[in-house]
Amino acid sequence: MSIWIAPLVVGGIGAVLALTIAIIDAIVNNYGEVEIDINQGKKKLQAKGGASLLSTLSEHGMFIPSACGGRGSCGACKIGVLSDIGPILPTEYPLLSPQERQDGIRLSCQIKLKASIEIQIPEELFIARPYLGVIDSLKDVTHDIKEVRIALEKPDSIEYQAGQYVQLVIPPYRKIPESTQRAYSMSSTPSQPNTVELLIRKVPNGIATTYVHELLKEGQSIELIGPFGDFYVRDNEADMICVAGGSGMAPIKSILMDLFEKGEQTRHIWYFFGARSKRDLFYLDLFSSLEERWPIFHFIPALSDPLPEDEWKDETGLITDVLDEYLRNRVDPEHTKEGYLCGSPGMVNACVQVMKKNGIPEDRIYYDKFA
Amino acid sequence: MTPPINAFILFFAAIFTSNILLTNFLGMCSFISVSKDFKSSNGLGMAVTLVMTLTTAVNWVVLHSVLIPLHLEYLRYIVFIIVIAAVVQILEMVIDRLSPSLYISLGIFLPLITVNCAILGVALFMQLRQYSFFQSVLFGAGSGIGWWLAILLLAAIRKRIDKNPIPPALQGPGITLITIGIMAMAFIGFAGMLSVQ
Repeated sequence: MSIWIAPLVVGGIGAVLALTIAIIDAIVNNYGEVEIDINQGKKKLQAKGGASLLSTLSEHGMFIPSACGGRGSCGACKIGVLSDIGPILPTEYPLLSPQERQDGIRLSCQIKLKASIEIQIPEELFIARPYLGVIDSLKDVTHDIKEVRIALEKPDSIEYQAGQYVQLVIPPYRKIPESTQRAYSMSSTPSQPNTVELLIRKVPNGIATTYVHELLKEGQSIELIGPFGDFYVRDNEADMICVAGGSGMAPIKSILMDLFEKGEQTRHIWYFFGARSKRDLFYLDLFSSLEERWPIFHFIPALSDPLPEDEWKDETGLITDVLDEYLRNRVDPEHTKEGYLCGSPGMVNACVQVMKKNGIPEDRIYYDKFA
Repeated sequence: MTPPINAFILFFAAIFTSNILLTNFLGMCSFISVSKDFKSSNGLGMAVTLVMTLTTAVNWVVLHSVLIPLHLEYLRYIVFIIVIAAVVQILEMVIDRLSPSLYISLGIFLPLITVNCAILGVALFMQLRQYSFFQSVLFGAGSGIGWWLAILLLAAIRKRIDKNPIPPALQGPGITLITIGIMAMAFIGFAGMLSVQ
């Protein structure tokens, strides 16, 4: 008997305290019905106050992108707040730029809905919604990148612009207790709206990439939310300089295939594909054959550390050096140019510098950085 | 066996002569890291005072109505910690609702001081020295105010230190610890005037 008394007392005290918290939470956090006014009256929602703005919005079918699932660590769920809801919280501060702090940009996961509020979100978020699909095929395209094809079932088609991304919902697994979301660009084209193709590189200890590379099986159901993002082709006459390596190829592949299908014949398109050695290259046949059939398209794969057995005869060197060399000597200097970059922040920043040096204005360089 | 100390004397003793920070060196970690900035120090001091007073009261009730009758005093560490965590949680919700401006000025510190050892220390002293309920509450409040006072003093001193040439090896925590030592010696000057036990 005496063995049980200590755990019982600790458990009992814990239970009483938990109950008190629950009761006080129910009383204190009851803010009643509040109204969320989105984009100056474009949409008005009646919602129950007390929860975070992010979760309340998603309950009502408005999906703000969020990579960390509301923990305040990714900074993806930024929205504009027009009402006065008090100063920026310490949890938001480091994730907002000085400009954003001035413009009333806030993290929707950190804002507690206490009163009616007016918010401003990008128009494209009105069409983002969840999709349920089935893994159609899983293919290793390199030693660490998987091509994941998802056949959409409910709803069975998605409308988007080539270059946009979706949030893949990773269910809880192994020691990961909560569902997580991660952003991946679609590498498929909008002309095939029933299938979404993603390129996912394995990151050591990455929550989503470990799941995809080790546990995901063909035929399994998966949820995604989208489409999101402003990385798409600007409709004009400028030549396109695209740079991407590794899984950063995904949005570029989508953009290029989409332009090819639409019969683009005027703007020249250069695609610089950087990798370390031959084992990191993929889809070479696809782009080489595209180059043969499409006179305005120029495909330049470059290896930074080719191995002797690679027998590599094309460009070698860092992608920034290859890019610099082409911009100075090979790309027609008379044409206006636009940059489209996708890859790690380090690679994107370095390529932006090279492009600026070669006369491409910064506001015409579009990029998709992933951390 | 309640020590025959006037509760109000205990209150002032906890602030000056037996300052929990400068005589027991409890709550050092946040004391050193937060005292860089005067405004944050004020917020943290306020939060510590509030939480210390409340948790000491609740812990006294739990100790005397549950632990002592059941002869389970040895569970005090775990029980006190659970109580402190719960009280902070409740306090946070209530302040958020009743006074958003106070909630914002306390900011991140309120949840953080759940793990502040000074809070647990006060609860343990209360049990060790067998204070009555009234004595405990005033001892908690006094200790909190003493902590608040000490961090404000240190923040003000550090603001001036920043403008002086400190040898590189002593910059930051080094000179801060020396400063705290000198402050502690100054506070010892009050010792003997009032006593806590």
